[in-house]
Amino acid sequence: MRLYEKPAHVLHDMLVNKEITSVELTQDVLKRIDEVEGKVEAYLTITREEALQQAEAVDKKIAAGEEISFLEGIPGAIKDNICTKGVKTTCASKILEHFVPPYDATVMTKIKEENPVLLGKVNMDEFAMGGSTENSAYHVTHNPWDLDCVPGGSSGGSAAAVAAGTAIWALGSDTGGSIRQPASFCGVVGMKPTYGRVSRYGLVAYASSLDQIGPLTRDVTDCANILNIIAGHDDMDSTSSTAAVPDYTKALVEDVKGLKIGLPKEYFVKGMDPEVEQAVRAAIEKYKELGAEVVEISLPHTEYAISTYYLIAPAEAATNLERYDGVSYGERVDGEDLVQMMTNTRDEKFGEEVKRRIMIGNYALSAGYYDAYYLKALKVRTLVQQDYMEAFKQVDVIMAPTAPTPAFKIGEMIADPLQMYLQDVCTVPLNLAGLPGISIPCGKSSKGLPIGLQIIGQPLAEETLIRTAYTYEQSQDYHKEMADLGGNN
Amino acid sequence: MKYEAVIGLEIHCELKTKTKIFCGCATGFGAEQNTHVCPVCLGLPGVLPSVNKRVVEFGIKAGLATNCTINKYSKFDRKNYYYPDLPKNWQTSQYDLPIAEHGWVDIDVDGEKKRIRLTRIHMEEDAGKLVHSGTTIKDSATSNVDYNRTGVPLLEIVSEPDLRSAEEARAYMEKIKAIMEYIDVSNCRMEEGNLRADINVSLRPVGTQELGTRTEMKNINSFKNLEDAINYEIERQEEVLEDGGHIIQETRTFDPARGITLSMRSKENAHDYRYMPEPDLPPIVTSEETIEKYRSELPELPDARRARLEQEYGLSDYDAGIITSSRAMAEYFDAVVATGADPKLAANWIMGDLAKNLNEDGIDIKQSPVSAERLGKMIGLIMKDTISGKIAKKVFKEMWTNEDDPEKIVKDKGLVQITDTGAIEAAVDAAIAANPKAVAEYKGGKKKAIGALVGQVMKATRGKANPQMVNKMLAEKLAD
Amino acid sequence: MKVTKEDLENVAVLSRLSVPEGKAETYIQQMDSILTYMDNLSQVNTENVKPTTYALPMQNVFREDVVKPSLPREEALANAPLQEDGYFKVPKVLED
Repeated sequence: MRLYEKPAHVLHDMLVNKEITSVELTQDVLKRIDEVEGKVEAYLTITREEALQQAEAVDKKIAAGEEISFLEGIPGAIKDNICTKGVKTTCASKILEHFVPPYDATVMTKIKEENPVLLGKVNMDEFAMGGSTENSAYHVTHNPWDLDCVPGGSSGGSAAAVAAGTAIWALGSDTGGSIRQPASFCGVVGMKPTYGRVSRYGLVAYASSLDQIGPLTRDVTDCANILNIIAGHDDMDSTSSTAAVPDYTKALVEDVKGLKIGLPKEYFVKGMDPEVEQAVRAAIEKYKELGAEVVEISLPHTEYAISTYYLIAPAEAATNLERYDGVSYGERVDGEDLVQMMTNTRDEKFGEEVKRRIMIGNYALSAGYYDAYYLKALKVRTLVQQDYMEAFKQVDVIMAPTAPTPAFKIGEMIADPLQMYLQDVCTVPLNLAGLPGISIPCGKSSKGLPIGLQIIGQPLAEETLIRTAYTYEQSQDYHKEMADLGGNN
Repeated sequence: MKYEAVIGLEIHCELKTKTKIFCGCATGFGAEQNTHVCPVCLGLPGVLPSVNKRVVEFGIKAGLATNCTINKYSKFDRKNYYYPDLPKNWQTSQYDLPIAEHGWVDIDVDGEKKRIRLTRIHMEEDAGKLVHSGTTIKDSATSNVDYNRTGVPLLEIVSEPDLRSAEEARAYMEKIKAIMEYIDVSNCRMEEGNLRADINVSLRPVGTQELGTRTEMKNINSFKNLEDAINYEIERQEEVLEDGGHIIQETRTFDPARGITLSMRSKENAHDYRYMPEPDLPPIVTSEETIEKYRSELPELPDARRARLEQEYGLSDYDAGIITSSRAMAEYFDAVVATGADPKLAANWIMGDLAKNLNEDGIDIKQSPVSAERLGKMIGLIMKDTISGKIAKKVFKEMWTNEDDPEKIVKDKGLVQITDTGAIEAAVDAAIAANPKAVAEYKGGKKKAIGALVGQVMKATRGKANPQMVNKMLAEKLAD
Repeated sequence: MKVTKEDLENVAVLSRLSVPEGKAETYIQQMDSILTYMDNLSQVNTENVKPTTYALPMQNVFREDVVKPSLPREEALANAPLQEDGYFKVPKVLED
């Protein structure tokens, strides 16, 4: 078994026990990149030399007998919408093709204190708008389990890299499912923490009231450990939670006895792939076996969540993306006057989906339509939140599929934006309510594509999610499987 | 037809915080271009704002000082429009829930008091500065942008259209300036753009209530320009209406050199600001306790101080109004009076010689070379009859460039008043002897003729003779 | 169609985007199908429902008025498409 196949906590122990060096590990992952990156195409920027230098520094520390932290010396990848000082951050957009941030996102500051090995920046849908990574302005990323399929999105590069072994761990961001859905499609663990649990400072904004950074990992143990590193209040993010950060690894216990699981009937939607439903129901049966109680619940406003989300997110995006105007950073396409320059820049450098969402957002915010669309959506958002609050009076966690289908074929959905939006039905309601959610592998389709189980918790109930997810994970082996990419396993 | 002007002001007041409203960059004026900038105020991808606590404090205090209601729940909004001095292409401002609303201030014009209502006060960020390559924006092939001012905190103070003339508008803006100075939230240096006004002007036939179409003039930054712009605009609109024309609702620019306003072309849909609640900034919830705490920290405000000066010291309403029109002057006055100086004399000296000298040197009362303490001492010398009022003028002039105590100056320059009866008598006798004509006239009933004799005595004593003693002695001698 | 050509043009101006030659129909159609779907919100009774702007309730998050270092100017200007004498340089500004 090659090193790249192991989760971070196993590799950490091996480093501590001096069974391996960080350079060996990094070289193995870089070799894996050489072997399969041409097929998967998860990366936008690879910082090979810096990675090896970081590994060497860690090895010196270990040799000197110093203690190392969890991620120290372990190679990971960062979604390209998280600002990395001195390393290009493009958001997979042409408009930021050469943008090098002069500052680190708060998560990067925290991660760098761990001295990990940073392999580079990974692909995504442009400005995180999409669910397939096909909206990247640079290239499509392929699902490691079936290269003809999408890895999901928008954190498709993060999920694909972790699944392909070209990164041991990754950071992604989730606005309407962008961590959980690609985790589900690629058979990895992906958590969207509670809104505000992780600082958004330095995460290039798509929709400010919905965005949240989270980890994509091989298993729940890695997820808990990384959450320990990145969670916490940040003075630079006024919306970040001031609640104390517990040690999430203490929740890595096998215990769901008496846990009340709610199954929302509205999430088992028409058009759901039967294999997905079957896998999710099987997982829930497993929970019953393990001692949990299952009750059916109702979240009646679920059917309006898509509309609500696709008004609020584009409206926030329309303003968040106004800054890309060719004036003080980013690309510029000349024009005879300022307005023309701005328009030319945006016409040429934004992709179709980004333009579409900007226009929908501005439509919803414009005079005459504000009340009927934007304000209405804000009100329905309140009702979606209230649904959850009611449900959590009865249950500890809510379970549902992460996505209604396994990964779909590249190009299959791209022509019909609305059809693509409807895929997000199981993920967007959480973002509207600010709740934490985790997707863990719970089976495979007959074609061998991973299926994800989504576990939803109350605000700041990440420990409950970790304990619940960990208990199931220990009962099966889905998380140990890696896609066969014809590499030298 | 007779028209009445209807005027409203939106005053932008830069706050004197150390840092910008949403980031830790310094606010200082006059720094080299693009040196007071950081990722946040440059609007780089990924950045988030965080609210400067002092800005909220200042907003609440400004609201309380202008009799506003403080909104217990207030929030920031994004006001979207594209302009290169606005890095995010929106201004973080407040829309439907400003920090303060429904206030008023009283103004005086020609001795008449008038109450001007305030619609609202909201907090927002200032924009950067454009430097044009040509002489005007229109003939510039390119422009350069400096973001130092981007994010400097502003209060926008919006009045109801309660003003009826340029004088009222000026009095109102002076009042707002005084209040902001008193509560110490702004430097109010108009030449540095700390205080700028957008003016709305419309006309309506006298006696009617319906508002006419208004025009707007932006960024007026001196009292003179404020009056000139309004007076010009009233005249211009009057002419248009007299000729049977219609006023076009538009933004006009004021050209101070020519004293006229000019139309700027406007695209209507460019003004759909698409206000949206700022999701990156949690709302501001202000408790009654906080409001009362800030209220208790407010200093005595101009109106109250004016009333006190009238009551306590017997100053006239006019004098008290002038003395309290700026906090610095009022404090100077109090400091002079604290030395034991007569309040009315103090007021006269401050409004007279001090104001004149400050004006000539173009300096602020805070930089006055004659401190309140020294002026107080000098007034003390007058009160003790050590010097006459006339000599005091000389002493004051000397004090402007001489740091010595007034007493020392008087002594060194030999300006002590002559109160020695013998010395005065000699001069009086000499004057009588040398002016038989004036003496005859006086004795013949023309009492005014004594003035010439007094003048002679004063001349002979180089102004140092006590004038009362001279008068008295002359009258006695001539009555013989 | 609920979305008219004027709507599209207005929204494009507000978005600082233009509608490419021959693309108007596609744009209108896509926006129309999305917005038509979103009309399902009109079925929801939102009388007396307060709008939600923030994912979770929060209030009064303030920063002390303490100066932090600014960026060195060369870093501030490093990503500028065009600069001159320490300024960001932009083409002719026509007032609107």
